[in-house]
Parts: sequence; structure tokens; C-alpha cells
Amino acid sequence: MKILGKITITICGLLLLFFTSDFPDWGDVNSPASTHLSPYFIEHTIEDTAVPNIVTSVLADYRGYDTMFETTVILTAGLACFLLLRIPRKDSIHRYYRHEPTGVTIRVEGDRYPKGSNVFTRIDSSWVPYDLIINFTCRLLIHFIQLFALYVVAHGHHSPGGGFQGGVLLGASVILFAISGNLRAAIKRFGEKTAAILSSTGVFIYAGAGALCLFIGEQFLNYSALGPLLGTDRIMARSHGILIVEIGVAMAVMAVMIWIYYNLSSAGKQDEGL
Amino acid sequence: MIWPIDLIILGLVIVSAVAAITVKDLLSAAVLLGAYSFLLCLLWAVMGAVDVAFTEATVGAGVSTVFCVAAVFHTTRRTKD
Repeated sequence: MKILGKITITICGLLLLFFTSDFPDWGDVNSPASTHLSPYFIEHTIEDTAVPNIVTSVLADYRGYDTMFETTVILTAGLACFLLLRIPRKDSIHRYYRHEPTGVTIRVEGDRYPKGSNVFTRIDSSWVPYDLIINFTCRLLIHFIQLFALYVVAHGHHSPGGGFQGGVLLGASVILFAISGNLRAAIKRFGEKTAAILSSTGVFIYAGAGALCLFIGEQFLNYSALGPLLGTDRIMARSHGILIVEIGVAMAVMAVMIWIYYNLSSAGKQDEGL
Repeated sequence: MIWPIDLIILGLVIVSAVAAITVKDLLSAAVLLGAYSFLLCLLWAVMGAVDVAFTEATVGAGVSTVFCVAAVFHTTRRTKD
């Protein structure tokens, strides 16, 4: 069976390699993409949308539908992880507590947890000692990662980046917090409910911006219709529309990344984990 | 595109991809997959697709590696086959 699989993969790979020779060369000026689409985007982006970064304007304006459904796919991924993995916390499960002054670990069964005690701290079953260097470095880094993420979202018009990358960076900062400390501390600050609400709100902002254009009386996702609403001309309105949409994407992506991490790392219990 | 750099990175991409599927330790496979994503990100950057490279670096090399490690954390480290 294994050999059969290897033979199939080899044949498919060779076929793929053979047919890639039909593709146009890298940067070929005579390829269909370079003769019809790219020149239009390169020549008209600035006068159409007032966005210097062509990639951003193609992604969020010319092909707005594509990005909207990409965001929906990400939301679906988060929901699928939630529905497949999430299991309610069992009440009768045992927990481990560490007595801080002596360093003794006790196992508590039933419902007699020492809540609100300042000598007992709850620890995971696979507990590693508190590491000053890792904790301090991560806590120092998280601020800068978040600041950079906001810059990436807001500066997507002028430099590489945008909603997806900024959202992933924001999510990664919370995941870093969860890894460096523990999962419960991260869940306390950015809970599951927040993740669920933010991820749907992000998609809603995107689709809502499109629907608003529809209500004003133009096509779906044609941001130039938002001009009178934003107090700008039709060209700048497209630039602002892209920003609105990027913020929605960033929110959705951030929340979904954190949500998937919570469910994956704790095997759906959201109790203790990596 | 500078072809020696391109060739070196492409070679490393193939090496890390083959290593990721042949290695028995799942944690190593996850880390190798991260290395593969990062090399691919370098390849995009060399080709001038900076936006794609950025996405690959954040999603491929960053978050998906963490997801893989988190999933390995709940299974055995060695593969059965």
C-alpha cells in the first residue's frame, strides 16, 4: 500500500512538473496576465483608488469579493475548530495546586478548590517552573509586536501588509502571552466569548461596508459610494473603504487565530494547555 | 532575481520539505515545516512579492507552526508508521 502511494505521488509530481513547463516565465511581458490585467492595475490604481500599494488595492478593492470570502473561510475554520474540539469542562476533574511558600504540589479532587487563596496557585498537570528570562522577554516583546501589528494594518496602503498580516501578528502576540505564562491567564484577558464576538464582527464590518454601498444605490463593495458619508470625494472614499475593510479583516483574523489556539492547545477543555 | 540565491533557497526548500515528511519525530516535523515556510517566504521576497512573503512569514512560519506544536503536545511525539 505504501509503495502504491509512493508510485502515485511520483507520477502526479512528474505530471505537475511536466505541465509547469507550459506556464509563462517569471516576469514574462507577453503572458496574458502581463498584457491585460497588470498594466491596467499599474496605470490606474492611483487615479482609481488613491492607494500607492497596488497589491492592497487589488486585494481589498478590485477583488473585494475574493477577500471577503477569504475572511469568511477563516471564520469558518475557527468555528469548525470550535465545534469539533470544544468540550465542556468536567466538574469532578482533579486539579493541581502549588503551595507557594513551601513549593509543595497538592492534588485536589471534588469541588474543594482553594479559591481566592494567596498561598495556593493553580498549576497545570505538566507544569514547568516559572522562568524569569522567558517571561520577561515575552512580556517586553508583546507590546512591540502589537504596536507593529497596528502599524501594519494602518499602513497597508503604503507598505506591504494589511488586515491579514496585522491580524495574525495581533493574534500571535496573545498566543505568545499564553505560551510564556499560562493558558488561563490569556483566557482571562481575551476570553472565548470575546474571540467569538470579534471574529463575527470583523466579517460583519467587511460585509456591512459592502452592503452599505448597496443601500446607497451602487454596486456591492463599490466603496466610492461611501464618499458623501465619509465627507470625501469618490476616489479618496475608495481608499478609506479599503481601510475600513482591512480593520474588519484584522479583527476577524486575530480573533480566529487566538480561538483556534485555545481549542487546539487545551484539546477543547480551555482549562490547561501549552 | 539573483539566480545563485534563488537556487540555494530552492534547494533548501526541497531539503526541508523532504525532511519534514520523512522524520519520525512529530515535533521535529512541525519545526521543519516552519523552516520550510520561512525559506519559502525568502523565495517570495527574492521574487519581489513582498506582500505574499509577509503573509507566509506570519501565517506559515509563525502561527501554523505554533498550531502544529500545540497539536503534537496532545499526541505522541513519534509517528506510528
